[in-house]
Amino acid sequence: MNGLVPVKMELAGRGITCVRGGREVFSGLDFEAASGEAVAVVGRNGSGKTSLLRLIAGLLVPAGGTIVLDGGDADMTLPEQCHYLGHRDALKPALSVAENLSFWAEFLGGERCDATDSLATVGLDHATDLPASFLSAGQRRRLSLARLLTVRRPIWLLDEPTTALDAAGQDMFGTLMRDHLARGGMIIAAIHGPLGIDARELRIGGAA
Amino acid sequence: MTALSALIRRDIRIALRVGGGALIGVLFFLTVVVLMPFAVGPDLALLSRLGPAILWLGALLASLLTLDRLFMADHEDGSLDLITMSRTPLELACAAKALAHWLAAGLPLIVATPVLGLLLNLDMVATGAVALTLLAGTPALTFTGMIGAALAVTLHRGGLLMAVLVLPLSIPVLIFGVAASQAAITGPLSFGAPFSILCALSLVSLVIGPFAAAASLKHGLD
Repeated sequence: MNGLVPVKMELAGRGITCVRGGREVFSGLDFEAASGEAVAVVGRNGSGKTSLLRLIAGLLVPAGGTIVLDGGDADMTLPEQCHYLGHRDALKPALSVAENLSFWAEFLGGERCDATDSLATVGLDHATDLPASFLSAGQRRRLSLARLLTVRRPIWLLDEPTTALDAAGQDMFGTLMRDHLARGGMIIAAIHGPLGIDARELRIGGAA
Repeated sequence: MTALSALIRRDIRIALRVGGGALIGVLFFLTVVVLMPFAVGPDLALLSRLGPAILWLGALLASLLTLDRLFMADHEDGSLDLITMSRTPLELACAAKALAHWLAAGLPLIVATPVLGLLLNLDMVATGAVALTLLAGTPALTFTGMIGAALAVTLHRGGLLMAVLVLPLSIPVLIFGVAASQAAITGPLSFGAPFSILCALSLVSLVIGPFAAAASLKHGLD
């Protein structure tokens, strides 16, 4: 796996306030993350972990504060340099595993590596022609991970990424994250359990 | 361009697979038109007078039937998040989705029209005129319907709201579509004037639809 050009990047949020449905989820939140670093966002249910990831991904608008990316590709906005792996897998049940993956590779564009290799890495190479509707929850998650490998993006926003993965899958995912960090990538993950790699903790909303 | 053609190809592929929307629209169209002669009775003159209106109503309802899922499916499985985040402008992605919907669900209706015209005692010229007006008018139905589909995603309400929002927008298309067909068949008005207005409606919706839908989707991010 050849990698990204290691560009030093720094993502910083200052005084972020998030309001959803008229309710303040969190306010005055500061965070920073640098390339090669993983940040684990922790907090109780409903404390705003997913909201924070969606704010960074540009899918929510902050009610206050700023999120600034230093370094990185000047031609692209912050969301365009992010991979967002949410609760929902963005897979079409009617399409096969290979079709799902190649669609996202073509649609997202940019630097990519071979889809077959990514499927082999996540352990789905035996199921390329299978419709995604036949996949188990863990296999769907693995297919979503293959998207992160096929299209290269420096920042990974992961929302409880290890859900539904078996022990071997979590090991595999840990290796993928370490490779990504070694190439100068950045990971921000919302988690409840262990992430599987060393990560700086960012706690939202007091003690869990 | 690769991104947009990938999106169009994916949507058409999904629509044509089992359980996709393409066949449902045509079957609905077929049902409406086939049942109509039984309801109206064996008056051939009346049937051919009503023919263009029946074909247009059937096509309009058939395209509305499948349109409410245009963004809903992508919203539910999280694809819409990734489409919003990507480098492709959301307006172009919306236009690509509408185009794919029209190719998969609108075009088959036009292809079916000459066959169904036989059931309504329309001659070749008449069915040709109706098919031509549908070809010019159905893009307007799809692109205005897209605005309703985007609003339905934003407001978290299903198909009922979509019908309420979209029906008023599609009434002008229906009026001028049927008027142009009638003009071609019976006269006395010229075919050109209502047909030009129909084309204009399609072109306007082609421009406004993607912007309105993208604005609605962006506003409703959550």
